[in-house]
Order: sequence, then structure tokens, then C-alpha cells
Amino acid sequence: MSLATRPAPVVDNWNRPFWQACGERRLILQRCTATGRCFFPPAPVSPFTGRPEWEWTEASGQGELWSFVVFHQNYFAGMKDEMPYPVVMVKLDEGPFLLTNLDGMTAADARIGMRLEVRFPGGPEGFLLPQFGPVEAPPMEASVEAPVGAAA
Amino acid sequence: MPADFAPSTDTPGLKAPGLQQPWAMRDTVAFAGIGTTRYGNFPETDSYGLGCEALNAALDDAGLKPGDIDGLIVNRMPSYERFAEMMGINPQYCLLTEAPGRFSGVSLALAAQAIATGAAKTIALVYGNNGRSVRMMYGGGDSQWSPWGMTSPGAIHAMMWQRHMHQYGTTHADLGWVAEAFRHHACLNPDAVMHGRPITRDDHARARPICEPLKLLDYCLINDGAVAWILTSAERARDMKRPPVLLSGYARQDAFHYGSAPPDDFWQPTLGACQSVYDRAGIGREDIQGLGIYDNFSPTVLFSLEGLGFCKPGEGGDFVRDGTLQLGTGRWPTNTSGGHLSDSYMQGWGIIAECVRQLRDDCGDRQIPNAQAMQYICATNIAQSLILRRDA
Repeated sequence: MSLATRPAPVVDNWNRPFWQACGERRLILQRCTATGRCFFPPAPVSPFTGRPEWEWTEASGQGELWSFVVFHQNYFAGMKDEMPYPVVMVKLDEGPFLLTNLDGMTAADARIGMRLEVRFPGGPEGFLLPQFGPVEAPPMEASVEAPVGAAA
Repeated sequence: MPADFAPSTDTPGLKAPGLQQPWAMRDTVAFAGIGTTRYGNFPETDSYGLGCEALNAALDDAGLKPGDIDGLIVNRMPSYERFAEMMGINPQYCLLTEAPGRFSGVSLALAAQAIATGAAKTIALVYGNNGRSVRMMYGGGDSQWSPWGMTSPGAIHAMMWQRHMHQYGTTHADLGWVAEAFRHHACLNPDAVMHGRPITRDDHARARPICEPLKLLDYCLINDGAVAWILTSAERARDMKRPPVLLSGYARQDAFHYGSAPPDDFWQPTLGACQSVYDRAGIGREDIQGLGIYDNFSPTVLFSLEGLGFCKPGEGGDFVRDGTLQLGTGRWPTNTSGGHLSDSYMQGWGIIAECVRQLRDDCGDRQIPNAQAMQYICATNIAQSLILRRDA
């Protein structure tokens, strides 16, 4: 892994709390207070109303592998050692998509529809990058209430 | 997506609000001139030099001089002002449009609106790009997703295509039919960059991966080159040198709600809304002889065909099998110049120019027999379709 040499995030006034939370190994999302729907990337207003009516909420950190690709062409000097590397599109249980990478598994094991969960194995200086890997064996009651689509 | 906008993908052909009305501009604006340069690696010139060359070719084609141009739309050149200064054009209407290829169709619509409202009489639209000689990278740099290494338009389409294969059972081999057909056309077009270099579907399958699941022959060709169109009213065009080609219909629906990520719906709702182009043009699908499809990457051809209702969602692979898009073989000859995949990535400008040439019988070995009407489709976050036809 060479997460330390990844391009640094572009931090702005809207995503700063997101990156601060990642630094504490927490995944947070903005939730529209009018509709209850979450959105990402962070923004000054809710895209569902256009109004600055939102709050930060703790995300479950779980979602479904929606699609994935494997890069064979390198665009970033700091990622040369990772070639070829996967990027996965995860549909979080809260609704928004994240584009992220795999941790604890490879693209060969990636199956669309599989459950993934967030982890924070490292990042460029001052940051922890959310990565996604297989869901740890859940407690009994949690698996009973697994979201619809978990087996897809 | 706001619920009041979203047409359901389960309802093929559902039209977006406001697009059903008769189109006031049907057949009122025409292409009077077309000019294209060679496409390749030309470090001895630049986007301005290429743009001037294309515009001069279009002026000659139309039988016009720079002083006849009173409207100017410039794309991919750094400055409209410098370009106008170079060409000695002082228009009453002028703008520079955004760089992405979706703006070829947008620029065309803007020009048509300007002519229809009297803002200008005769508009030159000039695209000039020297992306190859300056080694333009479509990827890298800082962005929302760069910490995760996600970058480049190709990766966005690779992500969508992986999902399409999962959702519908399409395969990478389906894209081989697209690549092979367009390369066949390039081999019929002496001006195409890939003229004389045929490929098979086997070559497509064995090409090196760029961003899996897409491979080299799923990608467009970055080159230096320029394209110019001259538009004017149909009435004025009838007095010019070449037979006018009419803009019969245009439809557009944008969608910007994807969270800066690859679209999760293959643009089916917005392309579906663009099916109103047939009503707007007063021309049915069966009255169209050939297509121009924005093929920055091979999957967009399937997304376009599905979205515009040539087949059902997910059936694009079946639809293109056996050479449906290949001239002389299938019902729907598409991108007869070779398109972005096998002629050159001129961001839609060259594909639209080819549609005009088909309607003037200018295409030689790659001429579609009895071409009366052509349809252009662009599957992007600004979904668009337009229909061009011969003047009766």
C-alpha cells in the first residue's frame, strides 16, 4: 500500500468536517433536514431543496459494491507503485455513492452487489482516506436486519 | 434526482416537460458550409492555425468571405477575440463555448437560436484542437476523487459499462461490433486517421486494457484538427453555393444530479426525453437513413441507442450484433467517417459535419444510399439529439 503518497484531498469549507471526521476514523454525511435524504459531495445547500437546511450525520459505513474498474494507465506520480489499481463505486446504505478503493481484498474478489464496509488504513500526510473491504462477521441481530439487496 | 423531473426508466419514450410542444425552429436554419482539416500530429501549427484552415474551407464551400460572417462561435481555441482578430471578423454576435464535446450540439443550438431571433444572419462555428501535439491528458490533476485515483472520462465510462454488463448481461465482445463497424468506415474514408488499418473483433478483444473493463480499441483517438460549420437561415442558404442541409429538430435534457460520480442510469431518462426530437423534426425514426453517435468510448454508442429507443434498455448488445451499424451490412450505418474511435476525436464537431456531407452526397465510397435524413445523438450529462435533412 502506498496511501501515504496518494494525491491529497482538495479541502474546502464544505468538505472540511468530512475530512476531519475521516481523521477520527468516522464516516459522516450531510443529511437534508427537510427530506431526510443524505448527499455527497459536501455542499452549501441540500440538492433536494436548494436550501441550507442540512446537518452532519454519522454514516453506517456500509454499502453495496455498485461497480468497479481497474486502472492500467497511471495519472498520478504517487500511485505508480499501486498499478494496476482498482476504483470501486460504493452505494452507501444512506444513498450517496462514493468512489473509493479496496482494502483487505483485490479486484479479483470484487463482485457487484457484495456488501462492503469502510476502514481507514492510511492516507497522505494529515489525512485518512476511507477505503472499503469485506464486512466483518456481523453480530447475529445485525445480519437478520441486513438491508434489502444484501444478497444481490 | 428531484421526483418532479425524473421520467421513469421503466417508461420508454416518456418525454420531459416542455419538450412535447411543436418546435418553432423546425427547418428554419441550415448548414451552408462545412470545412474540416486533416487530423493528426501537427506541432508546426496550433488550434488557431487549424481553426483558420477549417473556416477558410467552410467559407469556400459556402461561397462566402469573412466579411459575410456576422456571428461567431468558437470552441477549444483559447480566445474568441484573438481568433476573430486573426480572421478579420467583427461580428454582432460572438461567444466561446465550454470545452467538453457535449458543447458541439449546444453550440449548434445556440447558433440556430441566434439566427431565428435575428441576433445574427450568418454564423461561423469553429472548433480547433491541438490536443495531440501538446500531449493533452484527459485525466490527472486535483479533483473530488483524485485521492482515490479516480480520474479521466474513460474511467467514468468503464465504471458505467461494468455495471451495464452486470445489470443486463452485455459483454465486452458486444462493443467489438461497434469498434469493427467504425473501423470499416474509416477504411472507406481516405481522410480518416485509421484509413488502411482494418481491425477485427478479435483485435478488439485482445487490445491492451486501459481502464478495465475497457481496452484500447474502446477509446477515441486524440488528434490535432479543426472543424467549421457555417449556419444561416434556410432561405438565405438556398441562394448559396451548396444545397442546404436543414436542422429539422433538436432536443436536449440535462441531468447534473449524479453526485459528481458516474451516472447510475446510463442517461436513460434524459436520452429518453430526447426522443421528442422526432416530433420536433416531424420526421419518424423509419425515415432516417443513418446515424452520428458521440463515441468518445464505445459503450456510449449502446447507451445512445438504448436511450433513444432503437432498442430496449439493456438490449444494445443484441442490437449492434451482426453489423447493424456497418454500412452495406446493417440498417443503421453509424459514424460513416470512422467516428471518434477510428477517424478522430473532434468532440462531435466532425460527426455532425459527416452527417451534413452524407445529406449532400459528398461521401464517395462511404455514401449511404439515398440519405434523406440523419440523426445525431450525444449521451452525456447534457443529453441531446438532432435530426438533419436534405432540403426538399
